[in-house]
Amino acid sequence: MKVWQCVVCGFIYNEAEGLPSEGIAPGTAWADIPADWACPDCGVAKSDFEMVEI
Amino acid sequence: MKPIVVLGSGLAGYTLVRELRKLNHDIPIILVTRDSGDYYSKPTLSNAFAQKKEAASLVLTAAKDIAEQQKFTLLANTEVHAIHREARQLDTAAGAIGYEKLVLAIGADPIRIPLQGDAAGDVLSVNDLSDYTHLRDELGKAKTVAIMGGGLIGCEFANDLALAGYKVTVIDPGPYPIAGLLPEQAGRQLLAPLKNLGVSWHFGTAAQRVDASGAGYTLTLSDQSTVSADIVLSAVGLRPRIQLAKNAGLTVNRGIAVDEQLQSSDHAIFALGDCAEINGQTLPYVLPIMHAARALAKTLAGEDAKVVFPHMPVVVKTPAHPIAVLPVPRDAAGNWKVLAEGQGIRMGFFNPQNEMVGFALTGEYAKERSEMTARCAA
Repeated sequence: MKVWQCVVCGFIYNEAEGLPSEGIAPGTAWADIPADWACPDCGVAKSDFEMVEI
Repeated sequence: MKPIVVLGSGLAGYTLVRELRKLNHDIPIILVTRDSGDYYSKPTLSNAFAQKKEAASLVLTAAKDIAEQQKFTLLANTEVHAIHREARQLDTAAGAIGYEKLVLAIGADPIRIPLQGDAAGDVLSVNDLSDYTHLRDELGKAKTVAIMGGGLIGCEFANDLALAGYKVTVIDPGPYPIAGLLPEQAGRQLLAPLKNLGVSWHFGTAAQRVDASGAGYTLTLSDQSTVSADIVLSAVGLRPRIQLAKNAGLTVNRGIAVDEQLQSSDHAIFALGDCAEINGQTLPYVLPIMHAARALAKTLAGEDAKVVFPHMPVVVKTPAHPIAVLPVPRDAAGNWKVLAEGQGIRMGFFNPQNEMVGFALTGEYAKERSEMTARCAA
Protein backbone atom coordinates (compact mmCIF):
# COMPACT_ATOMS: atom_id res chain seq x y z
CA MET A 1 0.00 0.00 0.00
CA LYS A 2 1.21 3.50 -0.80
CA VAL A 3 0.82 6.27 1.77
CA TRP A 4 2.27 9.73 2.15
CA GLN A 5 4.53 10.45 5.09
CA CYS A 6 5.65 13.77 6.55
CA VAL A 7 9.44 13.83 6.32
CA VAL A 8 9.64 15.91 9.48
CA CYS A 9 7.47 14.10 12.00
CA GLY A 10 6.48 10.85 10.37
CA PHE A 11 2.74 11.65 10.22
CA ILE A 12 1.07 9.39 7.66
CA TYR A 13 -1.74 10.26 5.25
CA ASN A 14 -3.70 7.32 3.96
CA GLU A 15 -6.05 8.03 1.05
CA ALA A 16 -8.55 5.35 2.05
CA GLU A 17 -8.92 6.79 5.55
CA GLY A 18 -8.70 10.48 4.69
CA LEU A 19 -8.56 12.84 7.65
CA PRO A 20 -12.12 13.47 8.77
CA SER A 21 -10.90 15.56 11.73
CA GLU A 22 -9.32 18.00 9.24
CA GLY A 23 -12.32 17.96 6.91
CA ILE A 24 -10.74 15.57 4.40
CA ALA A 25 -13.19 12.79 3.51
CA PRO A 26 -12.12 9.13 3.34
CA GLY A 27 -11.06 8.27 -0.21
CA THR A 28 -9.62 11.72 -0.99
CA ALA A 29 -6.66 11.33 -3.35
CA TRP A 30 -3.39 12.90 -2.26
CA ALA A 31 -3.40 14.95 -5.45
CA ASP A 32 -6.76 16.47 -4.47
CA ILE A 33 -5.55 17.83 -1.15
CA PRO A 34 -4.95 21.59 -1.49
CA ALA A 35 -1.33 22.69 -1.92
CA ASP A 36 -1.61 24.98 1.13
CA TRP A 37 -2.63 22.10 3.38
CA ALA A 38 -0.16 21.54 6.23
CA CYS A 39 0.78 18.54 8.34
CA PRO A 40 -1.70 18.41 11.24
CA ASP A 41 1.03 17.28 13.64
CA CYS A 42 3.95 19.55 12.87
CA GLY A 43 2.67 22.16 10.43
CA VAL A 44 5.06 21.60 7.50
CA ALA A 45 3.80 21.97 3.94
CA LYS A 46 2.23 19.31 1.74
CA SER A 47 5.40 19.41 -0.38
CA ASP A 48 7.33 18.05 2.59
CA PHE A 49 5.49 14.75 2.39
CA GLU A 50 6.99 11.81 0.52
CA MET A 51 5.30 8.75 -0.84
CA VAL A 52 6.28 5.58 0.96
CA GLU A 53 5.16 2.00 0.59
CA ILE A 54 4.23 0.15 3.74
CA MET B 1 37.06 19.75 -4.67
CA LYS B 2 36.78 20.24 -0.91
CA PRO B 3 33.45 19.16 0.52
CA ILE B 4 30.63 21.02 2.14
CA VAL B 5 30.76 19.89 5.74
CA VAL B 6 27.59 19.87 7.83
CA LEU B 7 27.84 19.56 11.59
CA GLY B 8 24.72 18.13 13.18
CA SER B 9 22.14 15.49 12.28
CA GLY B 10 18.96 17.07 13.55
CA LEU B 11 16.12 18.50 11.49
CA ALA B 12 18.34 21.41 10.39
CA GLY B 13 21.31 19.37 9.17
CA TYR B 14 19.27 16.69 7.42
CA THR B 15 16.78 19.06 5.82
CA LEU B 16 19.69 21.06 4.43
CA VAL B 17 21.32 17.95 2.95
CA ARG B 18 18.05 16.77 1.43
CA GLU B 19 17.31 20.18 -0.11
CA LEU B 20 20.86 20.55 -1.38
CA ARG B 21 20.74 17.14 -3.07
CA LYS B 22 17.53 18.18 -4.87
CA LEU B 23 19.57 20.98 -6.46
CA ASN B 24 22.95 19.33 -6.90
CA HIS B 25 23.87 15.64 -7.03
CA ASP B 26 27.62 16.04 -7.24
CA ILE B 27 28.90 18.38 -4.51
CA PRO B 28 30.73 16.20 -1.99
CA ILE B 29 29.07 16.43 1.44
CA ILE B 30 30.39 15.21 4.76
CA LEU B 31 28.04 15.16 7.73
CA VAL B 32 29.63 15.02 11.15
CA THR B 33 27.47 14.28 14.18
CA ARG B 34 28.25 13.50 17.76
CA ASP B 35 25.34 11.07 18.11
CA SER B 36 24.37 8.07 15.99
CA GLY B 37 22.86 10.22 13.25
CA ASP B 38 19.63 8.23 13.20
CA TYR B 39 16.84 10.58 12.16
CA TYR B 40 13.93 11.11 14.50
CA SER B 41 11.43 13.91 14.85
CA LYS B 42 12.41 15.97 17.86
CA PRO B 43 8.94 17.50 18.34
CA THR B 44 7.54 14.04 19.07
CA LEU B 45 9.76 13.63 22.16
CA SER B 46 7.25 15.63 24.18
CA ASN B 47 4.17 13.70 23.08
CA ALA B 48 5.40 10.15 22.50
CA PHE B 49 5.06 8.73 25.98
CA ALA B 50 1.29 8.44 26.19
CA GLN B 51 1.42 6.61 22.85
CA LYS B 52 3.75 4.13 24.61
CA LYS B 53 6.46 4.71 22.05
CA GLU B 54 9.88 3.31 22.78
CA ALA B 55 12.88 5.37 21.76
CA ALA B 56 13.82 2.97 18.95
CA SER B 57 10.38 3.28 17.37
CA LEU B 58 10.81 7.08 17.09
CA VAL B 59 13.65 6.64 14.61
CA LEU B 60 12.19 7.40 11.18
CA THR B 61 15.31 6.59 9.15
CA ALA B 62 18.61 4.98 10.15
CA ALA B 63 21.66 7.16 9.58
CA LYS B 64 23.33 4.80 7.09
CA ASP B 65 20.15 4.71 4.96
CA ILE B 66 20.00 8.52 4.76
CA ALA B 67 23.70 8.65 3.90
CA GLU B 68 23.10 6.16 1.09
CA GLN B 69 19.98 7.89 -0.26
CA GLN B 70 21.47 11.38 -0.13
CA LYS B 71 25.01 10.36 -1.10
CA PHE B 72 27.07 11.86 1.67
CA THR B 73 29.85 10.66 3.94
CA LEU B 74 28.61 10.15 7.48
CA LEU B 75 30.90 10.56 10.46
CA ALA B 76 28.73 9.46 13.38
CA ASN B 77 29.63 9.55 17.07
CA THR B 78 32.32 12.08 16.19
CA GLU B 79 33.09 15.10 18.36
CA VAL B 80 34.38 18.27 16.68
CA HIS B 81 37.05 19.96 18.79
CA ALA B 82 37.81 23.12 16.84
CA ILE B 83 37.37 25.07 13.62
CA HIS B 84 40.60 26.35 12.04
CA ARG B 85 39.25 29.07 9.80
CA GLU B 86 42.49 30.07 8.07
CA ALA B 87 43.11 26.51 6.91
CA ARG B 88 39.37 25.81 6.44
CA GLN B 89 39.81 22.70 8.49
CA LEU B 90 38.05 20.98 11.36
CA ASP B 91 39.83 19.25 14.18
CA THR B 92 37.67 16.21 15.00
CA ALA B 93 37.89 12.94 16.93
CA ALA B 94 38.21 11.30 13.49
CA GLY B 95 41.13 13.52 12.44
CA ALA B 96 41.37 16.70 10.39
CA ILE B 97 38.65 17.43 7.82
CA GLY B 98 38.99 20.17 5.23
CA TYR B 99 35.94 22.12 4.08
CA GLU B 100 35.00 24.44 1.26
CA LYS B 101 31.90 25.60 3.13
CA LEU B 102 30.96 24.73 6.70
CA VAL B 103 27.42 24.59 8.06
CA LEU B 104 26.87 24.63 11.81
CA ALA B 105 23.58 22.91 12.61
CA ILE B 106 24.54 21.90 16.11
CA GLY B 107 21.37 22.76 18.00
CA ALA B 108 20.83 24.01 21.51
CA ASP B 109 21.27 22.83 25.08
CA PRO B 110 18.47 22.79 27.62
CA ILE B 111 18.81 25.68 30.04
CA ARG B 112 19.45 24.46 33.58
CA ILE B 113 18.46 26.88 36.29
CA PRO B 114 20.76 26.86 39.31
CA LEU B 115 19.27 24.78 42.13
CA GLN B 116 20.29 24.01 45.67
CA GLY B 117 19.72 20.72 47.43
CA ASP B 118 21.37 17.31 47.53
CA ALA B 119 19.49 15.99 44.48
CA ALA B 120 19.81 19.03 42.18
CA GLY B 121 21.91 16.88 39.85
CA ASP B 122 19.09 14.35 39.39
CA VAL B 123 16.84 16.78 37.53
CA LEU B 124 16.13 15.45 34.03
CA SER B 125 15.71 17.29 30.78
CA VAL B 126 14.77 15.87 27.41
CA ASN B 127 16.60 17.31 24.42
CA ASP B 128 17.39 14.26 22.33
CA LEU B 129 16.52 10.63 21.83
CA SER B 130 18.91 9.31 24.47
CA ASP B 131 17.40 11.71 27.05
CA TYR B 132 13.98 10.36 26.07
CA THR B 133 15.20 6.78 26.61
CA HIS B 134 16.44 7.77 30.04
CA LEU B 135 13.16 9.50 30.91
CA ARG B 136 11.18 6.42 29.86
CA ASP B 137 13.32 4.24 32.10
CA GLU B 138 12.82 6.55 35.06
CA LEU B 139 9.07 6.85 34.43
CA GLY B 140 8.80 3.08 34.69
CA LYS B 141 9.36 3.36 38.45
CA ALA B 142 7.43 6.60 39.01
CA LYS B 143 3.91 7.78 39.72
CA THR B 144 4.37 11.52 40.17
CA VAL B 145 6.30 14.05 38.08
CA ALA B 146 7.22 17.66 38.82
CA ILE B 147 7.86 19.76 35.71
CA MET B 148 9.90 22.93 36.05
CA GLY B 149 8.68 25.28 33.32
CA GLY B 150 5.14 25.85 32.05
CA GLY B 151 6.06 26.92 28.53
CA LEU B 152 5.37 25.08 25.30
CA ILE B 153 7.53 22.02 26.04
CA GLY B 154 6.57 21.90 29.74
CA CYS B 155 2.87 21.96 28.87
CA GLU B 156 3.28 19.32 26.15
CA PHE B 157 5.02 17.03 28.62
CA ALA B 158 2.40 17.78 31.28
CA ASN B 159 -0.39 16.79 28.89
CA ASP B 160 1.44 13.70 27.65
CA LEU B 161 2.40 12.39 31.09
CA ALA B 162 -0.98 13.18 32.66
CA LEU B 163 -2.62 11.29 29.81
CA ALA B 164 -0.34 8.34 30.57
CA GLY B 165 -1.64 8.34 34.15
CA TYR B 166 1.04 10.28 36.04
CA LYS B 167 0.23 12.85 38.67
CA VAL B 168 1.90 15.98 37.26
CA THR B 169 2.78 19.27 38.95
CA VAL B 170 3.92 22.22 36.80
CA ILE B 171 5.98 25.00 38.40
CA ASP B 172 6.60 28.27 36.54
CA PRO B 173 7.66 31.74 37.70
CA GLY B 174 5.40 33.34 35.07
CA PRO B 175 1.72 34.17 35.51
CA TYR B 176 0.08 31.58 33.20
CA PRO B 177 0.91 28.74 30.77
CA ILE B 178 3.06 29.40 27.66
CA ALA B 179 3.40 33.08 28.57
CA GLY B 180 6.31 33.47 26.14
CA LEU B 181 4.07 32.88 23.12
CA LEU B 182 0.45 33.35 24.15
CA PRO B 183 -1.57 36.33 25.37
CA GLU B 184 -2.95 35.79 28.86
CA GLN B 185 -6.54 34.98 27.94
CA ALA B 186 -5.36 32.30 25.50
CA GLY B 187 -2.78 30.80 27.87
CA ARG B 188 -5.34 30.54 30.66
CA GLN B 189 -7.53 28.33 28.44
CA LEU B 190 -5.08 25.52 29.12
CA LEU B 191 -5.52 25.62 32.91
CA ALA B 192 -8.83 23.78 33.30
CA PRO B 193 -8.38 21.09 30.60
CA LEU B 194 -5.03 20.01 32.05
CA LYS B 195 -6.33 20.31 35.61
CA ASN B 196 -9.09 17.91 34.61
CA LEU B 197 -6.37 15.45 33.62
CA GLY B 198 -4.91 15.79 37.11
CA VAL B 199 -2.24 18.47 36.52
CA SER B 200 -1.55 20.83 39.45
CA TRP B 201 -0.28 24.29 38.53
CA HIS B 202 2.08 26.48 40.58
CA PHE B 203 2.55 29.87 38.92
CA GLY B 204 4.51 32.86 40.13
CA THR B 205 7.07 30.69 41.88
CA ALA B 206 10.18 28.71 41.02
CA ALA B 207 11.96 25.69 42.41
CA GLN B 208 14.93 26.61 44.58
CA ARG B 209 15.94 23.28 46.08
CA VAL B 210 15.61 19.65 45.10
CA ASP B 211 16.34 17.19 47.90
CA ALA B 212 16.15 13.41 47.98
CA SER B 213 13.23 12.17 50.01
CA GLY B 214 12.57 8.44 50.26
CA ALA B 215 12.61 7.02 46.74
CA GLY B 216 11.70 10.42 45.28
CA TYR B 217 12.30 14.12 45.75
CA THR B 218 11.05 17.16 47.62
CA LEU B 219 11.15 20.47 45.76
CA THR B 220 11.21 23.65 47.80
CA LEU B 221 9.78 26.59 45.91
CA SER B 222 10.58 30.28 46.24
CA ASP B 223 7.24 30.85 48.02
CA GLN B 224 8.45 28.30 50.63
CA SER B 225 5.83 25.72 49.62
CA THR B 226 6.98 22.19 48.82
CA VAL B 227 6.13 19.68 46.10
CA SER B 228 6.87 15.95 46.25
CA ALA B 229 7.59 13.97 43.11
CA ASP B 230 9.25 10.75 41.99
CA ILE B 231 10.82 12.52 38.98
CA VAL B 232 11.79 16.14 38.37
CA LEU B 233 11.83 17.26 34.75
CA SER B 234 13.23 20.62 33.68
CA ALA B 235 11.75 22.30 30.58
CA VAL B 236 12.70 25.94 30.95
CA GLY B 237 14.00 26.68 27.48
CA LEU B 238 16.95 26.27 25.16
CA ARG B 239 20.32 27.96 24.87
CA PRO B 240 21.95 27.88 21.42
CA ARG B 241 25.25 26.01 21.29
CA ILE B 242 27.74 28.76 20.50
CA GLN B 243 30.98 27.64 22.12
CA LEU B 244 32.56 26.05 19.03
CA ALA B 245 31.81 29.18 16.96
CA LYS B 246 32.92 31.49 19.74
CA ASN B 247 36.24 29.67 20.15
CA ALA B 248 36.79 30.07 16.41
CA GLY B 249 36.30 33.83 16.72
CA LEU B 250 32.95 34.01 14.93
CA THR B 251 30.48 36.68 16.00
CA VAL B 252 28.05 35.25 18.54
CA ASN B 253 25.26 36.80 20.55
CA ARG B 254 22.54 34.64 22.03
CA GLY B 255 23.10 32.34 19.05
CA ILE B 256 25.68 32.16 16.27
CA ALA B 257 25.06 35.46 14.46
CA VAL B 258 24.09 35.04 10.80
CA ASP B 259 22.45 37.24 8.19
CA GLU B 260 19.46 36.48 5.96
CA GLN B 261 21.74 34.24 3.87
CA LEU B 262 22.54 32.24 7.04
CA GLN B 263 26.14 33.43 6.64
CA SER B 264 28.21 34.03 9.77
CA SER B 265 30.94 36.63 10.19
CA ASP B 266 33.15 34.22 8.17
CA HIS B 267 31.87 33.99 4.58
CA ALA B 268 32.70 30.26 4.38
CA ILE B 269 30.73 29.37 7.51
CA PHE B 270 26.95 29.25 7.86
CA ALA B 271 24.65 28.44 10.77
CA LEU B 272 21.18 26.99 10.76
CA GLY B 273 18.53 25.82 13.20
CA ASP B 274 18.45 26.11 16.98
CA CYS B 275 22.09 27.27 17.20
CA ALA B 276 21.60 30.22 14.83
CA GLU B 277 20.52 33.76 15.48
CA ILE B 278 19.19 35.09 12.18
CA ASN B 279 19.32 38.88 12.11
CA GLY B 280 18.98 38.95 15.88
CA GLN B 281 16.25 36.33 16.18
CA THR B 282 16.44 32.75 17.42
CA LEU B 283 13.59 30.67 16.01
CA PRO B 284 13.80 27.14 17.43
CA TYR B 285 10.72 25.77 15.64
CA VAL B 286 10.16 23.38 12.76
CA LEU B 287 8.92 25.78 10.08
CA PRO B 288 11.67 28.41 10.34
CA ILE B 289 14.24 25.61 10.14
CA MET B 290 12.64 24.23 6.96
CA HIS B 291 12.58 27.65 5.29
CA ALA B 292 16.12 28.51 6.33
CA ALA B 293 17.42 25.12 5.17
CA ARG B 294 15.84 25.61 1.76
CA ALA B 295 17.36 29.06 1.32
CA LEU B 296 20.79 27.89 2.45
CA ALA B 297 20.64 24.89 0.10
CA LYS B 298 20.18 27.32 -2.81
CA THR B 299 23.08 29.47 -1.69
CA LEU B 300 25.35 26.43 -1.30
CA ALA B 301 24.29 25.22 -4.75
CA GLY B 302 25.49 28.50 -6.20
CA GLU B 303 22.50 30.82 -6.43
CA ASP B 304 22.50 33.53 -3.77
CA ALA B 305 19.29 33.14 -1.82
CA LYS B 306 18.00 35.04 1.17
CA VAL B 307 15.66 33.39 3.61
CA VAL B 308 12.22 34.95 3.59
CA PHE B 309 9.99 33.79 6.38
CA PRO B 310 6.27 33.63 5.66
CA HIS B 311 3.83 33.54 8.57
CA MET B 312 4.82 30.47 10.55
CA PRO B 313 2.28 29.34 13.12
CA VAL B 314 3.52 27.23 16.00
CA VAL B 315 1.44 24.19 16.97
CA VAL B 316 1.32 23.27 20.66
CA LYS B 317 0.71 19.54 21.03
CA THR B 318 -1.66 19.58 24.00
CA PRO B 319 -4.47 17.26 22.85
CA ALA B 320 -6.50 18.05 25.99
CA HIS B 321 -6.81 21.56 24.54
CA PRO B 322 -5.01 22.03 21.21
CA ILE B 323 -3.34 25.36 20.48
CA ALA B 324 -1.95 27.09 17.39
CA VAL B 325 -0.26 30.45 17.67
CA LEU B 326 1.31 32.92 15.28
CA PRO B 327 3.44 34.71 17.85
CA VAL B 328 4.32 38.38 17.68
CA PRO B 329 7.60 39.85 18.91
CA ARG B 330 7.51 40.91 22.55
CA ASP B 331 7.90 44.59 21.61
CA ALA B 332 5.44 44.58 18.67
CA ALA B 333 3.13 47.61 18.54
CA GLY B 334 -0.54 46.72 18.73
CA ASN B 335 -3.10 44.84 20.79
CA TRP B 336 -4.54 41.38 21.28
CA LYS B 337 -8.30 41.22 20.76
CA VAL B 338 -10.73 38.43 21.54
CA LEU B 339 -12.53 37.47 18.29
CA ALA B 340 -14.58 34.52 19.53
CA GLU B 341 -14.97 32.53 22.70
CA GLY B 342 -16.53 29.07 23.06
CA GLN B 343 -14.76 25.80 23.87
CA GLY B 344 -11.52 27.73 23.65
CA ILE B 345 -10.68 31.16 22.29
CA ARG B 346 -9.83 32.87 18.99
CA MET B 347 -7.64 35.94 19.42
CA GLY B 348 -5.96 38.20 16.90
CA PHE B 349 -3.08 40.64 17.34
CA PHE B 350 -3.74 43.90 15.49
CA ASN B 351 -1.08 46.46 14.60
CA PRO B 352 -1.73 50.23 14.79
CA GLN B 353 -3.07 50.10 11.18
CA ASN B 354 -5.63 47.59 12.49
CA GLU B 355 -4.16 44.77 10.38
CA MET B 356 -4.03 41.32 11.94
CA VAL B 357 -0.38 40.25 12.25
CA GLY B 358 -0.62 37.43 14.79
CA PHE B 359 -3.14 35.08 16.33
CA ALA B 360 -3.76 32.60 19.11
CA LEU B 361 -6.25 29.79 18.60
CA THR B 362 -7.15 27.34 21.33
CA GLY B 363 -9.56 24.43 21.74
CA GLU B 364 -12.21 24.27 19.04
CA TYR B 365 -10.56 27.16 17.16
CA ALA B 366 -7.11 25.55 16.84
CA LYS B 367 -8.09 23.90 13.57
CA GLU B 368 -8.58 27.34 11.94
CA ARG B 369 -4.79 27.72 11.70
CA SER B 370 -4.58 27.80 7.88
CA GLU B 371 -7.46 30.24 7.34
CA MET B 372 -6.16 32.56 10.05
CA THR B 373 -2.65 32.47 8.59
CA ALA B 374 -4.07 33.43 5.19
CA ARG B 375 -5.94 36.36 6.78
CA CYS B 376 -2.81 37.86 8.33
CA ALA B 377 -1.22 40.90 6.69
CA ALA B 378 2.08 40.25 4.93
